[in-house]
Amino acid sequence: MNQEERPIIQMKNIEKHFGSVIALSGVSIDVFSGECHCLLGDNGAGKSTFIKTMSGVYKPTHGEILFEGRPMHFSNPRNAIEAGIATVHQHLAMIPLMSVSRNFFMGNEPVKKIGPLRLFDHEYANRVTMEEMSKMGIKLRSPEQAVGTLSGGERQTVAIARAVYFGAKLLILDEPTSALGVRQTANVLMTIDKVRKQGVAVVFITHNVLHAFPVGDQFTLLNRGHSMGTFRKNEIEQDSLQTMMAGGEEIQDLEAAIREGE
Amino acid sequence: MSDLDQLTPTSDERIKEFSKLRKALIRPELGGIVGTVAVFTFFLLFAYDSGMFNSQGIMNWSIVSAQFVIIAVGACLLMIAGEFDLSVGSMIGFAGMMIAIFSVTLEWPVWLAILMTFVMCISIGALNGFIVIRTGLPSFIVTLAFLFILRGLTIFLPQVIVRKTIIGGVKDVAEGDWLAVIFDGKILTGLFSWLGEEGLIATFERGTRAGQPVVSGIPMLIVWAIVLMFLGHFLLTRTQFGNWIFASGGDAEAARNSGVPVNKVKILMFMFTAFCATVFATCQVMEFGSAGADRGLLKEFEAIIAVVIGGALLTGGYGSVIGAALGALIFGVVQQGLFFANVESSLFRVFLGVILLFAVILNTYIRRIITGEK
Repeated sequence: MNQEERPIIQMKNIEKHFGSVIALSGVSIDVFSGECHCLLGDNGAGKSTFIKTMSGVYKPTHGEILFEGRPMHFSNPRNAIEAGIATVHQHLAMIPLMSVSRNFFMGNEPVKKIGPLRLFDHEYANRVTMEEMSKMGIKLRSPEQAVGTLSGGERQTVAIARAVYFGAKLLILDEPTSALGVRQTANVLMTIDKVRKQGVAVVFITHNVLHAFPVGDQFTLLNRGHSMGTFRKNEIEQDSLQTMMAGGEEIQDLEAAIREGE
Repeated sequence: MSDLDQLTPTSDERIKEFSKLRKALIRPELGGIVGTVAVFTFFLLFAYDSGMFNSQGIMNWSIVSAQFVIIAVGACLLMIAGEFDLSVGSMIGFAGMMIAIFSVTLEWPVWLAILMTFVMCISIGALNGFIVIRTGLPSFIVTLAFLFILRGLTIFLPQVIVRKTIIGGVKDVAEGDWLAVIFDGKILTGLFSWLGEEGLIATFERGTRAGQPVVSGIPMLIVWAIVLMFLGHFLLTRTQFGNWIFASGGDAEAARNSGVPVNKVKILMFMFTAFCATVFATCQVMEFGSAGADRGLLKEFEAIIAVVIGGALLTGGYGSVIGAALGALIFGVVQQGLFFANVESSLFRVFLGVILLFAVILNTYIRRIITGEK
């Protein structure tokens, strides 16, 4: 891994309170360019709050965020996007009725100016869309096919390719595989691998260790707002990660309870 | 990562290649094209000798269709942007009445009356849009309110000012006005006199205009319809703004997240719809020479029906201006054709209802194909 000396983003002791609820109590992670940092945790562990803090949606109650070594004070997500932090959400910013290339360039349309007219440069958009998608290993029938005709995994890949094309240095993926089947998941994981190899830092949120382990370089486990530690890939086994995940013990308890009942 | 690299995604063998027919089905204009062909075939077979296809007959249904096209273009772009405007019909009545009040009653120059009316109506369109955006209410309700507000004012104002609900005399004051000509004039008059002299189209046989063609040129109303249609189509399919229109209607939240100025797009489309309604009203007032309080009744629904026949989805994000114009053509041809074919005109409404139902069902089916929903 072309790991740099300095992490691209450092989250130091992040705390976030919503009224009397403590959603995060002192979570720290360092994310490096060209690495995939997996954020693992069960529902309610604070994963979403944590990445929303990272992408400028929430301001931390306590703690410090250093982006490229400088303290970060984003007033809104737009600033974060401009700085190169892109989030691909569970609910994609994709419009099924529109073509892949129209979606790819939505809000960033390539413009050919003729006088005061700002024409959409379809030729350029179609070409770039085809190129970027084939880099990610997806062969489109046509850049004009509607996003609705793509599978869930392909849609995720379009969204990821779009973020990278428009200059994301830090890509936050919020449960990109949670609604996908095995094969689609494999495709998305491959996309993550490709993006990482291009030198982009990836933060991959999931509650599935099986998805995280093949692509992750570092793993941070969250449980009820606390960090249970960060591990490098060579420091931990997949099984111990699984056990540490919230639910690991509970599922063992559940198994025991079921056995007792029999 | 070797285990992953082997999983190179190939094209999914379970997805059938779309047949040509299915591909054609996905074009939003399909319904409009099929409908247009069907309607013309029908009337060519059953009303060919009725005068429907001589110069006066063609002009007759072309003018009616052009009226529908003008309001359908506005309604189409607005619907693709995800909103409705139910105040179009009332806006037509209101705009016509304001032109008459300004020019006849207040004796302003006609060009000023027209410009002032455009400014007022486009502002009302902007207000419609602003309220929809600000309150987050469905545009259906907000513009329904304006349907009543504007219609009420259109009846109230002339009654208070001149104690009538119809104001006439616009033709006399508009004589020679430079701006009125853009809505009332005719083009290609030379061509039509030549066609008359050559005996290719009917001419008057008696009276002061003997020898002149019965149809003396293409009215500006039709020119407006064609220009608006091509402008609308160009804007939607070829420009950056067009992509924003699709995005705003397809999923406003996703569009906002991607940096599309959704609010601006929607408000501008409300303004454009108001502009189209005012063009319609101005042409109508100049043609009739009067403004009546009941003008434009039900036009909002007719515009929406034309747009839906043209393949647009009521839910926004998908549609075609050319399709909407074909929908308007079907509308005009059938309305006038039934008259030529001596069919009871009330059946027109039955036809409308039936074709609307078919169009919506077809559109829903097409939507399923596109989005892959079950």
